[in-house]
Amino acid sequence: MTTATFANAPTTGAKPFKLIRHSAALAKRSLLKTMRTPEALLDVTLQPVIFLLLFTYVFGGAIAGSQSVYLQYLLPGILAQTIAMSATAIGVNLNTDISKGVFDRFRSLPIARSAPLVGAVLADFVRYALVAVITLSVGYAMGFRIHTDPLQAAAAMVMAATFALALSWVSVCLGMIARTPGSVQGMMILLVLPLSFGSNTFVQTSTLPGWLQAFVNVNPITHLAGLSRSLFLGGPVTSHLLWTWGWIIGLTAVFMPLALRAYGRKV
Amino acid sequence: MTTYAIEAEGLQKSFGDTKALNGVDLFAKPGTVHAVLGPNGAGKTTSVRILATLIKADAGHARIGGYDVVKQAERVRATIGLTGQYASVDEDLTGMENMELIGRLLDLSKRDARARAAELLEWFDLSEAARRPAKTYSGGMRRRLDLAASLVGRPSVIFLDEPTTGLDPAKREDMWGVVRQLVGEGSTVMLTTQYLEEADALADEVTVIDRGRVIANDTPLGLKRVVGGQTLTVQPSDPARLAEAAALLQQVSGSKAESPRQGVVAVPVKNDSALTETVARLHAAGIGVHELSLHLPSLDEVFFSLVGRRAGDDAAPGDPKAGSLQQTADAEEADARLTV
Repeated sequence: MTTATFANAPTTGAKPFKLIRHSAALAKRSLLKTMRTPEALLDVTLQPVIFLLLFTYVFGGAIAGSQSVYLQYLLPGILAQTIAMSATAIGVNLNTDISKGVFDRFRSLPIARSAPLVGAVLADFVRYALVAVITLSVGYAMGFRIHTDPLQAAAAMVMAATFALALSWVSVCLGMIARTPGSVQGMMILLVLPLSFGSNTFVQTSTLPGWLQAFVNVNPITHLAGLSRSLFLGGPVTSHLLWTWGWIIGLTAVFMPLALRAYGRKV
Repeated sequence: MTTYAIEAEGLQKSFGDTKALNGVDLFAKPGTVHAVLGPNGAGKTTSVRILATLIKADAGHARIGGYDVVKQAERVRATIGLTGQYASVDEDLTGMENMELIGRLLDLSKRDARARAAELLEWFDLSEAARRPAKTYSGGMRRRLDLAASLVGRPSVIFLDEPTTGLDPAKREDMWGVVRQLVGEGSTVMLTTQYLEEADALADEVTVIDRGRVIANDTPLGLKRVVGGQTLTVQPSDPARLAEAAALLQQVSGSKAESPRQGVVAVPVKNDSALTETVARLHAAGIGVHELSLHLPSLDEVFFSLVGRRAGDDAAPGDPKAGSLQQTADAEEADARLTV
C-alpha cells in the first residue's frame, strides 16, 4: 500500500500525439457546449445572415443601384469578416473556464499545459467552417455566384481563418487579464465594431470622406474583405494579400508572446 | 523510500501585500486522512492549490508520493485527484460527458473512459442523472460529480477542499462514508474543513492553521484534550429548576457549570460516562429537560483555546505587521500547551 499506490505513474507516450489527442478531446467538449447552448452560436451564425438580408434588400438598391450587383460585392466581405470576428469568442470561453474553476480541473490532470488552448483553437476552426457553410448557402439561395473556382473560394476562407487565428491572440490576451467573461466580450466588441464598419465591407472606399479613407485603407478587415472579393469574383490579389499577411504577422508577433505569457501565468 | 504521501515544508505564498502562507508544514502518511482545519482565509485553499500544482509557492517545497510538486509536476498530477471550490466540472456538459472527458484526458480508451465513468456515476448514485447537464444538478449532486470526476484516474492521493461546506447533515454523512471508503482502499486523503466535527469524524491527524501559520498539529483526540473535551448542555423544561440542574452537572463533571444562554446550563466534561450519569441523576431528581446534548468543542472554541482569540476576529488580514507579533506569541503559547 505504501509504495504500490504510487506506481500508477503516467504512461510515457509520444508527446505530440498526446497533445493532439487531448486537444481533440477538449475541442469536442467545446463543440458539445456550443451545441448544448445554441444561443451562444447565434451571433456568429445568424449575424452574417441578417447582415446579408438587411444590407442586400434594404440598402442594396441605394448603395449599388441593384440588389443582385450589391450581393456579389457584399457576400465575400461579410464572409471574411464574420470568420475573422468569430475569434472574439475564444477569450470569452477561456475566461469563463477560468472563473468557473473548470480550468483548474484540467490543470490538475497530467496533460500538456497548452492542450486547453490548442483545443479551443481547434474548436474555433470547426465553428469557422460552420459559419462559412451557412453564409454561403444563404448567399447562394439569394443569388450569389462564385466567378472564379472552388479552389480560390476555399483559399479566401483559409485566409480569413488564418487572420482569425492571429486575432485570437488578442482575444486570448484579454481573456487572461479580464475579470469577467462579460468584460472580455465588451472589450472585443469595442475593438471589432470600428474595424468591421470602418472597412470597405459594406461600401466602396471612394464614397467615404478623406480622413475615413485613410483609416479604411489600413484596416485589416478592408484588405481581408478585398482579398476575399478578388478570390471569389476575380480581381487583383497581390496588394490585399500582402496587407493581410502583414497584419497577420504583426498581430501574431505582438500578441502571441503576450497571450502565451499571460496564459502561462494562469496555467 | 517515501514515508509520507504528502509532505510540505516551509510553504510561503503572498498575493500582493497579503501573506497567505507564512511557513506551513504538512505531513500525511499513506493511507490516512489528514484534515487541514481553519477559518475562512486561513490559507487552507492556498495550501491545497500549491500541493495540487495549481500555483507555485514563493518559498518552501512539497512532495506528493515522493514527487516534487514543481520539478515533477506532471508525475504529481498523475498521482492526485482534486475536488473543491476551485476544481469544477463543466455545467453545460452532462455528468457522463464530464466523466468521459476526464477519462479521455487521462489517456483511457473511449471504451474504458465510458466504463469508468459509468462505474463511478453508479457509485455516487448519479446514474439516473448521467444524461442531464450538470447545471440541473442539486448542490449535493454537483459535489458528488466533482468528487467522482477527481477519482477517474484512481488517484492515490486525493485533495478535498471543503467537501461538505453547504451540504445538509445527511449528505455530509454520505460524503464522509465516501472518504472512509477511499481510505479503506488505500488512498491518502487530505481534506480542508472549517468544522472540527468533520476533522474528528474522519481524520487520523489534524493540522490547524490560522493566518497562514500552523498553530497545532495533532490527532483529533489530542486536539480535543488541548481544548478540554466535550460540553454537556442541559435545558430544564421548568426554568425554576435551573440552579438545581447546574448543581447536578457540577457534581457529575467536577467543573463549574456556566449558563451560555437563558435557561441553559453547560459544563465541560472529560469522560464518556458523564452523559449517562447525568441522565440518571436528572431522572432521579425528577427534572424534565427540553434539551440535553453532548457536543464537541466547536472550531471557534478550539481557536479560542489555541490562539486566545475567536476565529472570526480577524485583525486586518491584509496587514501582516499588525498581527504578527501577537501571532508569534500566541503560536508559542499553543506549542507550549501541546507539548504538555
